[in-house]
Amino acid sequence: MEYIPLTKLAKVIRSKNAGPYELTFDIIFKEKSGYEKAVRSRVINEELISKLYQIKKEDIINIVYFPEALAVKITIVRPRPAGSLGETDVYGAQQHAPLLNIKIPY
Amino acid sequence: MSPFFVILSKSKKTKDKKILKDQKEGYILDEYKVLSPTAILGYGFPESSFKEGLKRMPNVIAVDAGSTDPGPYYLGEGVSFTDRNAVKRDLEIILAGGLNHNIPILIGTAGGAGANDHLEWNLNIIKELAEEHNWHFKLAVIYSELDKKFVIDKFREGKISPLFPAPEINEKELQQTSRIVAQMGIEPLIKALDEGAQVILAGRCYDPAVFAADAVRKGYNTGLAVHMGKILECGAIAAEPGSGSDSAIGTLLPDGFIIEPLDPNRRCTVTSVAAHTLYEKTNPLKLPGPGGYLDLSKTNFTQHSKKSVKVTGTQFVPEDKYYVKLEGVKKIGCRTVSIAGCRDPIMIKQIDEILMAVRQRVKDNFKKQGYNYNLHFHIYGKNGVMGELEPEQTAAHELGIVIDVVADTQDTANTICSFTRSTLLHYGYPGRIATAGNLAFPYSPSDFKVGTVYEFSVHHLLELKDPIEIFPIKIMEV
Repeated sequence: MEYIPLTKLAKVIRSKNAGPYELTFDIIFKEKSGYEKAVRSRVINEELISKLYQIKKEDIINIVYFPEALAVKITIVRPRPAGSLGETDVYGAQQHAPLLNIKIPY
Repeated sequence: MSPFFVILSKSKKTKDKKILKDQKEGYILDEYKVLSPTAILGYGFPESSFKEGLKRMPNVIAVDAGSTDPGPYYLGEGVSFTDRNAVKRDLEIILAGGLNHNIPILIGTAGGAGANDHLEWNLNIIKELAEEHNWHFKLAVIYSELDKKFVIDKFREGKISPLFPAPEINEKELQQTSRIVAQMGIEPLIKALDEGAQVILAGRCYDPAVFAADAVRKGYNTGLAVHMGKILECGAIAAEPGSGSDSAIGTLLPDGFIIEPLDPNRRCTVTSVAAHTLYEKTNPLKLPGPGGYLDLSKTNFTQHSKKSVKVTGTQFVPEDKYYVKLEGVKKIGCRTVSIAGCRDPIMIKQIDEILMAVRQRVKDNFKKQGYNYNLHFHIYGKNGVMGELEPEQTAAHELGIVIDVVADTQDTANTICSFTRSTLLHYGYPGRIATAGNLAFPYSPSDFKVGTVYEFSVHHLLELKDPIEIFPIKIMEV
């Protein structure tokens, strides 16, 4: 089995608050073929996200595939409401980096 | 609910000149345009894009002025996260365009958070501009701040429930809340339009509401109007290249809507528009709002022209009960921070142990005073950005350190921050050979008094009998 880095297939990998209590990640693929590779591989799943972010699976709200946008969307419970004590990223826009290391088998 | 051709009834009384003309000519109104100058009032836009938008003869100009993204401070303190001069610059162009062409202007979530102080701030800018230009128009101000007693009464009646993943709230916590606003839907805006307002300055709005209200009022499909609003509220972000400081225009048709950026160098593509539907949302297929949700499971995106995209199939599903979202914050203390760097490899290797020891030393030193404070170290170059979510454990060759203290009073925060800074500066860690000082300070003074700190405390739904009841409208002649 061969692996292709997610960064080769995706044109957008980003994170952002979805309201003050949730953090959401978007992976948007360049091509339909890349999107389908990712869907088929089933690599982007709850196990992977909970491992990458060291969070409990219960804190993953959903992982949604959105073929119209060639996108996968992952939403998790924010470690704390935006701006609370211990906050590191009020807008949540710099929490995406662990996703850059994902490799898709094909 | 979704007429294929909206034929305006001749008996419907309206002051909208464009429509009166349409009525006289028996014109079938099958196209409705909304101009969105920018993603957030005060973020700016090229005048050329706005002018291009005006050329298309939009039915309304709508702009979103707020967001919770900048955090709880702005709602708590009653100030805007956008700059006054930048907001005035944008409004001057928008108001001139709208008033000269007789196009209604709707401003949502005024002043960034939509509480009474924010409305007052924005109203002041509008009045100033009207005076400078000798403009006269009918203005509606729609309030969205809720009286705490009212919220507590509703809580007792069981009309308030937490919005996942926010926790349950109790009466004591509601008492401690500094300010609460409710997100209005399209209904209060429709009422203000019915009363003939030329400019509407609205408090906290469900973001798409200002873009969708007039279209729904004129009989367009709610699902399409609201979905179009969801995209337009971010200006030209849904284009390629995307921008939050540029204009876009949306055209509602009986069977869908078209999104187009107004700068010649941007274009909307199926993926740029579809992808935008993901932005800042939990689930792209079901988007909840006041009174119901948008169902995107049958939505279709197609390339309409080289630079525009057509969207069809989105449906609005009304719910039995009408809920609005409440946002509230409470004061948690005052903050002082100190910023420093560290370049010593011997220190960096044991940074966690050193910070733990310093924390203990601070605690011991003020044991008798019994200060109530929270001390946090942001360690940039290690896990400063991601905190506990950070999977990488290796530190960089240099670290940025922010000593972040929140305490009951500014005085206590100053004391703890200052003492932590001096203790860390001279802390004798094992193996230390740089004995003159452990920290590099970029500034003198080294400590910054930030002021009051707030935290989100209300993220709840309130059940309403009438979508307008809690949003009073004040009509005035400017």
